[in-house]
Amino acid sequence: MSVLSKIFDRGDQAGSRTMPFVILLMSVTVLASICNLLVPAESVFYVSTYTITLLGKYLCFAMLALAVDVVWGYCGILSLGHGAFFALGGYAMGMYLMRQIGDRGVYGNPDLPDFMVFLNWTELPWYWQGMDQFWFAMIMVALVPGLLAFVFGWLAFRSRVTGVYLSIITQALTYALLLAFFRNEMGFGGNNGLTDFKDILGFNLQDDSTRIFLFVTTAVILTLVMLLSQAIFKSRFGKVIIAIRDSEDRARFMGYRTERYKVWLFVYSAVIAAVAGALYVPQVGIINPGEFSPISSIEIVIWVAIGGRGTLVGAVIGALLVNYAKTRFTAVLPEVWLFALGALFVLVTLYLPKGLMGIVEQLKARSEKAKQKNFQELPS
Amino acid sequence: MIGLDSALENTQDIMRRDQVWSFLKPKDIHVDVSKKVILYIEGLSVSFDGFKALNDMNLYINEGELRCLIGANGAGKTTLMDVVTGKTKCDEGAVYFGQNHNLLEKDEAEIAQLGIGRKFQKPTVFEAHTVLDNLELSLKAGKGVIATLIARLSSTEIDRIDEVLEIIGLKGQRMLLAGSLSHGQKQWLEIGMLLVSEPRLLLVDEPVAGMTAQETERTAELLTSLAGDHTVVVVEHDMEFVRSIARTVTVLHQGSVLAEGSMDEIQNNSDVREVYLGEDA
Repeated sequence: MSVLSKIFDRGDQAGSRTMPFVILLMSVTVLASICNLLVPAESVFYVSTYTITLLGKYLCFAMLALAVDVVWGYCGILSLGHGAFFALGGYAMGMYLMRQIGDRGVYGNPDLPDFMVFLNWTELPWYWQGMDQFWFAMIMVALVPGLLAFVFGWLAFRSRVTGVYLSIITQALTYALLLAFFRNEMGFGGNNGLTDFKDILGFNLQDDSTRIFLFVTTAVILTLVMLLSQAIFKSRFGKVIIAIRDSEDRARFMGYRTERYKVWLFVYSAVIAAVAGALYVPQVGIINPGEFSPISSIEIVIWVAIGGRGTLVGAVIGALLVNYAKTRFTAVLPEVWLFALGALFVLVTLYLPKGLMGIVEQLKARSEKAKQKNFQELPS
Repeated sequence: MIGLDSALENTQDIMRRDQVWSFLKPKDIHVDVSKKVILYIEGLSVSFDGFKALNDMNLYINEGELRCLIGANGAGKTTLMDVVTGKTKCDEGAVYFGQNHNLLEKDEAEIAQLGIGRKFQKPTVFEAHTVLDNLELSLKAGKGVIATLIARLSSTEIDRIDEVLEIIGLKGQRMLLAGSLSHGQKQWLEIGMLLVSEPRLLLVDEPVAGMTAQETERTAELLTSLAGDHTVVVVEHDMEFVRSIARTVTVLHQGSVLAEGSMDEIQNNSDVREVYLGEDA
């Protein structure tokens, strides 16, 4: 089987049917982009730039949900700290965008971002060096969260920390980073974070075409990550990962160093989260320590649970639906939203342990059964 | 031109599709069995909160033999397997695989890669995987992260899996999820997972628990046929079964070896009659 046909294989395992979703996602992306750029603003078919940015944001969240699903759904590692990797990726992108402002800031300093001038700093800290180069910043987007995930995972998995204890440590990790990034002395803008971005790679961030470009890039990267993840879970590596989820001891007795598998999967997941963060920041125009908050990391887990963990498409759909609902709800009844989200989580846990994708599977099984019944009844 | 030729030959060698790159192949492991003994257990003691699960145990397993371990509950049978496979750390003693591998220094994965396979008391197969995937995961192949990322089933491996499917009688169920198999079939699948990994030493914990008389008979046949090429250690409560397969039986009692010999010798041993068979009779 060639690599291509393997990627486009629709898969025989439940929930691995990524291709139909990918086609749907790409068509919506192209359609929305055309309706924004080519259709006049008065038309009914016009899609506003606001909507485009909103969709782009949802797709970033979908990628983040995918990252959590990769470790939780497939390997049973319930990470309640993935917001940390998302935010770190976002900060790396934010630093690049800050440096692009140059002397157009309020204080007009060509080297130092405004908040540093405000703090009476005279020199750029060493960790801001090189962040004016796009390629360097992009390497940092993946490298810093990846390294953190590697060190964290290596320490945790080697000591065989699992289950609830691991979840608590991940919460502590993101909370510690939250407190650290709040401090002005850290040099990341403290409470306010990084904002007032002007342009990316020389293109104005406020332009419709830049917005569209970011949106399409997000959709394409999300697609690639989905296909890559599907290929990974179809390989023997993926089978080992699922084996570890179901019986880690058994996998160990078969000669697999399970901690190494978990570490590398955790790093992969962290990098996906970081890339999602890096795509998120230019579209929403701000990154602040709030992204590190433990609550937002727990929210990601809820998206995945609602969509259906252990299915790549489920996580993405869960994130899209919940975030759409959030936008709608918070516009009408902002104070009810958290209650609604909590209730949704409880209901899904009680009645839909496999999430929305579980319903799809059930329906499919039922229709297949009905088909078989018809088939058996035919001869008589 | 000669340089080019040899370079071309090298490339061809790398691109050959019928074999795995040499660095991905599992390393050949040398186990020194020149003294005919494959497993040495000497002066082994393990205690949990003051309870001595193993107490100065000495046991030697010869290469290619089929050995049965019997003993009442708490005699230390499972703890012994745990120590040999690296799951439990011992307080004192020595465990050697051949003369050159100190098992106490190694972790579970390394011990498994040396060729020590274990079947658990409770059948533990990967329920979310198909029968075929379960066997694929057990194959004697590279177990590293990169090796499994690019691994494909080679034709010899597929043949090997087919052969084992035939032996365990699950040929028709190869694409079924292991979770949907019956209890007996799961037992067989687990035995198959052991077979496909081609271990030097098999540790089998209560293989016939929950099996029908017919299945028990087949298991007995299989285990006897394995002895010789492999070394098999069986822990079993079912005395009928032990009698049907055993050549040498070791009786464990309170964490140490009480008696060792053929089934008849054991049954006539006065110590054994007193502490173990005596309760039955």
